[in-house]
Amino acid sequence: MSTIELRNVSRWYGNVVAINDITMTISPGVTGLLGPNGAGKSTLLHLISGFLEPSRGELTVGGTASWRNPGIYRTLGLVPERPAVYPFLTGLEFVRATARLHKLADPDRSAGRAIAIVEMAGAQDRKIATYSKGMRQRIKVAAALVHDPEILLLDEPFNGMDPRQRLHMMDLLETLGDEGRTILFSSHILEEVERLSGTIQVIVAGRLAASGDFRAIRRLMTSRPHVFLVRTSDDRRLGAALIGRPSVTGVEMSGRGLQVKASDYGAFSREIAGLTREQGIQLRELLPEDESLERVFAYLVES
Amino acid sequence: MLSAQARTVASITLRATMGRRRALIFAIPPVILVLVSALLKAASPERADWPSLILGGFGLAVVLPLTALIIGTSVLGAEIDDGSVVHLLATPVPRSTVILTKFAVGTGLTMIFAAVPELLAGLIATGGVTRLAIGLFAGALVGSVIYNALFVMISVLTTRAIAVGLLYLLVWESLLSNVVGGVRVLSVEQYSLGIANSIARDTNLDAHLGLATAVIMGALVTVVTLALAIRRLAAFSLKGDAV
Repeated sequence: MSTIELRNVSRWYGNVVAINDITMTISPGVTGLLGPNGAGKSTLLHLISGFLEPSRGELTVGGTASWRNPGIYRTLGLVPERPAVYPFLTGLEFVRATARLHKLADPDRSAGRAIAIVEMAGAQDRKIATYSKGMRQRIKVAAALVHDPEILLLDEPFNGMDPRQRLHMMDLLETLGDEGRTILFSSHILEEVERLSGTIQVIVAGRLAASGDFRAIRRLMTSRPHVFLVRTSDDRRLGAALIGRPSVTGVEMSGRGLQVKASDYGAFSREIAGLTREQGIQLRELLPEDESLERVFAYLVES
Repeated sequence: MLSAQARTVASITLRATMGRRRALIFAIPPVILVLVSALLKAASPERADWPSLILGGFGLAVVLPLTALIIGTSVLGAEIDDGSVVHLLATPVPRSTVILTKFAVGTGLTMIFAAVPELLAGLIATGGVTRLAIGLFAGALVGSVIYNALFVMISVLTTRAIAVGLLYLLVWESLLSNVVGGVRVLSVEQYSLGIANSIARDTNLDAHLGLATAVIMGALVTVVTLALAIRRLAAFSLKGDAV
């Protein structure tokens, strides 16, 4: 009963399509929702958590529609991206208030347990206004966990966390996933998703670009052609030498320099220095042209 | 008996509303009202017409709606503006509980910051427990209820609640209802004045509605605006990242 199902879900605002015909099933375990900023990850989480109505399609959480259904929050916890938390409450007051809103039998005990999970007991009596961004994030997670939900949705949960807090949060999500809960978190950072989840859903420009096992998708990402801009003392001669290399799939002369397409990022990066030395060419500039995550995702969409 | 959920919502709302710096603003208009009444009483203790003009024209027509506007739009609107409302709405609390509790807190605070000072000013101005003082107090109590229902609804409908509320007060209540007679039937100020006048019986209050019309229309506006607010909050949406 802790499965999230989307069937041909779209969401648009006037002429802008934010989510385009997405079909996916999120099962128990940790799933990463990966995509560049503005891809529609938050929109998708808002749709799943009942804070947005699908313009088209069918969306269920644990078998029931989430839109206009506050009942789903009995089994669902949400950690929103916006840092706003009642600043005048202490951490304990905030989590305990959430426990009361869930009508839990023993709000104090539930709040204590949730705060212990996120290791915030030491700061629980301080006003939230005095918390760092990472601490706010953790207290939000405690509030989302206070009713022991089967499903936990987290929007960019690692934002603002220092490396130690990040590792701790990753361990926590892993444990929650191992316990059989459905954990869905969004991130635009590949390494976060890589460390945490075996299963990922990649969203690009509102579309589901890739879905499934992380390792397979990662292979697809790293084996894509990379584009470099190379400026040397003799671009034409270097171009002729480069085209014979197996790691190079294309060379183009342009006004800005030599545009080189390489099938193997690592091999090309290693070879270029040696090759220019061999040829007696002076290497002035070497710029990877397509390293933005958007380009990586765009490649996934095309493949 | 209030549910634990309603008590929690009320407690957070009260702390949020009174904790913000603008809570200080609540106290300014009523203090001015009481001071002006005391000064006028000291300056012209024998003149009989100024209490109804000041307490009706300034107390009920300015202090009450402005206080209700600031409080009514902040009890829920402030949380919607800063996004913290998500923590409240991501729980199974019925949306009717949220709206009714916020409305009750706003009404209570408006009564404290506008209706009670109106009574105090009335007692000072008229020199004791008079029909005018009681009538104005009753009008302010009822006005606190209706204004808060209206402003809570506006705060759910728009993020520019204060501007929309001010437009309503300045254009609808102050301008149009003085020019177009029919508009008065949909004026909270006129409901308050109608109820005040039914007790005070003072022509200087410039009330244009009878008691029955004021009560029926006031109740209707309260119920309809609260129902709309609940309906709207049930469909509360968060904007995504792609727009």
